[in-house]
Amino acid sequence: MGLFTISKTIIKNALGKPATLMYPIKPAKKFEKSRGHVVNDIKRCIFCAACQRKCPTYAICVNMKERTWEIDRLRCVQCNGCVEVCPVKSLTMDNQYTAPVTERPVPEQLKGEPKAMKPAAKTTEETEEKR
Amino acid sequence: MPKQTVIPFGPQHPVLPEPIHLDLVMEDETVVDVLPSIGYVHRGLERLVERREFPDYVYIAERICGICSFIHGVAYAQGVEAVMDIQVPERAAYLRTIWSEYSRLHSHLLWLGLFADSIGFESLFMTSWKIRERILDVLEETTGGRVIQGSCKVGGVRRDISAETLDRMAKDLEAMKKEFKDIKEVFLKDDAVKHRLKGVGKLSKKDAYELGAVGPTARGSGVAIDLRKTGYAAYGNLQFDPCVETAGDCYSRCAVRLNELFTSVDLVKQAVKKIPEGPIETKVVGNPSGEYFSRVEQPRGELIHYVKGNGTKYLARSRVRTPTFTNIPPLVKMLTGCQLADVPVIVLTIDPCIGCCER
Repeated sequence: MGLFTISKTIIKNALGKPATLMYPIKPAKKFEKSRGHVVNDIKRCIFCAACQRKCPTYAICVNMKERTWEIDRLRCVQCNGCVEVCPVKSLTMDNQYTAPVTERPVPEQLKGEPKAMKPAAKTTEETEEKR
Repeated sequence: MPKQTVIPFGPQHPVLPEPIHLDLVMEDETVVDVLPSIGYVHRGLERLVERREFPDYVYIAERICGICSFIHGVAYAQGVEAVMDIQVPERAAYLRTIWSEYSRLHSHLLWLGLFADSIGFESLFMTSWKIRERILDVLEETTGGRVIQGSCKVGGVRRDISAETLDRMAKDLEAMKKEFKDIKEVFLKDDAVKHRLKGVGKLSKKDAYELGAVGPTARGSGVAIDLRKTGYAAYGNLQFDPCVETAGDCYSRCAVRLNELFTSVDLVKQAVKKIPEGPIETKVVGNPSGEYFSRVEQPRGELIHYVKGNGTKYLARSRVRTPTFTNIPPLVKMLTGCQLADVPVIVLTIDPCIGCCER
């Protein structure tokens, strides 16, 4: 007889804890390797735009003259490509997801300090040559 | 002759996870003819190969499908590696195998849930997805992504799994086998489920072969085609038998997928035992020139990635033939002669992934 074969599982589920998580009230599960969102340590950034060229969704926009680095969080697909290609390792992947939104936010812009020292400029050229 | 009516089915239908449109030609309650049409989610991903450098196209190949994304990545990477004559390190091949099998587990559990939902069995649907969540957790823990793993690349893999994690994964899977057995019991032995599935949507072995059915659709009809037997990645070193059922109805296609859960667990355990130490990637030098057909086994069946390089860093052509596309002619055959109420169940038994199918 094959009636009520699932009863055992149902009783177990009814007596146990819920399997779901009250997101976003409770934070989502995360692991060390989870790809949550890209973080740029702007002090180390040399604005070489390697990340912009690598980005498959054109989420990153780098302005070398103005020294700004911009990311559209909703365009980014967390592929980790920019993090791998960054020559100075200023980009890292954080394991926390960005908070859910109801409206499209303006792209997040980070502004670097104005270029003053010569050595910094040299590093940029060097990386350009290497490429 | 009774009066014929046409009932449109899809592209938006409560039971369909993805948009396929079927014009059902009906005589009373019986379907006499089916006209399928697709083209609702075409995104032009194959064309993008001309604008993205070949190592970066893996990101796009993976996003062709949201369920078997890792296997798409493997198929594309294998194609490019064959063109460029790159030998992938053995550890990378084993890691690819392990993640492919996890993808299969997660895809089959997803399908079992959706299928239970289509026959109106809500609690079975939720139980299947509850088990699937644990598979997804392992995928996220080891690769960084729940459904888009992003860990495959041309020349190897991006991430390694430590020996302790591998052991824990094998132990977890062994423990999960009990839960798989529980849902298998319900799917295959419950009278209500059996009543909805047995003898519905029959596809004979001859039809399955001639119409080009692949994957569980073919294996459910007794055609023992399994691309994993060709020994790509590390499958050549692992022992397994393709799951085959002979009845050719919805019940046997469901049974094939349930049995494949256990095959996958077994394959992961074998791979964990045999995985060698070593590097996980080789350096890719130069640009691909030549063409190659890369064939792999997806949860839904045989997947083909065709790549053609012209010596530049942009490939000249990429072409993907997905299992859902080849399973549509057999689907039309299965639907002819069935009852209207069985249409959703039969459509789901080929595990349609229209996002894959149209790219």
